[in-house]
Amino acid sequence: MSASSFHTSPIATGRSATGIPTGRLAVWWVIASEIVIFGGVLASYVMLRLKYPHWGDLAAYTNVVAGGVNTFVLLTSSLCVVLAHHYAGRGDTEKAYKFLWFTIFGGLCFLAIKSFEWTTEIGHGYTITHSLFWSFYYTAAGIHALHVIAGMVIMGIVSMDVKEGRNLHRVENIGNYWHFVDLVWIFLFPLLYIAK
Amino acid sequence: MTEAVAHGGDHSHSGHHEDHGPEFYIKIWALLLILLIVSILGPMFGNVWITLLTAFGIAFVKAGMVATYFMHLNVEQKYIWYLLFSMLLAMGILFMGVAPDIMQYGGRHWINQASHNLVEFYQKSANKGEGGHH
Repeated sequence: MSASSFHTSPIATGRSATGIPTGRLAVWWVIASEIVIFGGVLASYVMLRLKYPHWGDLAAYTNVVAGGVNTFVLLTSSLCVVLAHHYAGRGDTEKAYKFLWFTIFGGLCFLAIKSFEWTTEIGHGYTITHSLFWSFYYTAAGIHALHVIAGMVIMGIVSMDVKEGRNLHRVENIGNYWHFVDLVWIFLFPLLYIAK
Repeated sequence: MTEAVAHGGDHSHSGHHEDHGPEFYIKIWALLLILLIVSILGPMFGNVWITLLTAFGIAFVKAGMVATYFMHLNVEQKYIWYLLFSMLLAMGILFMGVAPDIMQYGGRHWINQASHNLVEFYQKSANKGEGGHH
């Protein structure tokens, strides 16, 4: 094997069976698996919600304002990450880095509002063991929040490379993941907050 | 043998081309916010069908817009579409397979008395104007 065939980047980065770049394909596979994870939780919730009409009374105690603000925050953070992708595509690493950190800030705001919300609800006795509705509420929103945290961490790591002008294609990849996190919330919000 | 992809390593562009400027994405974002406001105001009318249309119908529209314009699914290869729809189908199969048992109080050879009693309890509580929890 000649010295020129040694790769400085992982071999998988430079090949593809589908014509889709490996990293992007991998993120789509992750998103596909998340569809069945969140889909399973939400499908189960819908089934039980339809069966137990009194869940509407329990849902009255969720905070629509907090949920609405969080939806605004996530939609805005999705805008920021798609702009980061746009600027990364143009090689403007400074703006891409800036917009990635705007997105991470959006995630922080989301978690802060959620913390305030949950503190209030738990303080009023609506804990995860209060009832099956609240079990679903904390499980679904909690799994979603964990995905937000994971996305923020990965985005921070990607931003370090972007700052150095490396691996700019990863901005799109983490962007797709973040949009999916936003998508899940778009469905969680009406199910948990609006349907009272 | 797999083919080398034109864009790998340090390339920033994904290989599909959709040349929208920031203004386009900002317009989509603004539209999403308008839809969000409508979905919050809709249920305030107190009508089940308006609630379903605004809260849930708009959720699907918003999701479609995010998937199409932000995730660029509209220029993504068909393979990804097949993958995502397969997962949605799996979700649908889960729902259809489990729903008859979960959502019914009884069948040909079984009865879920506990669920039935629970719903009756809450209906009676609601009639008396009292609260309660499961």
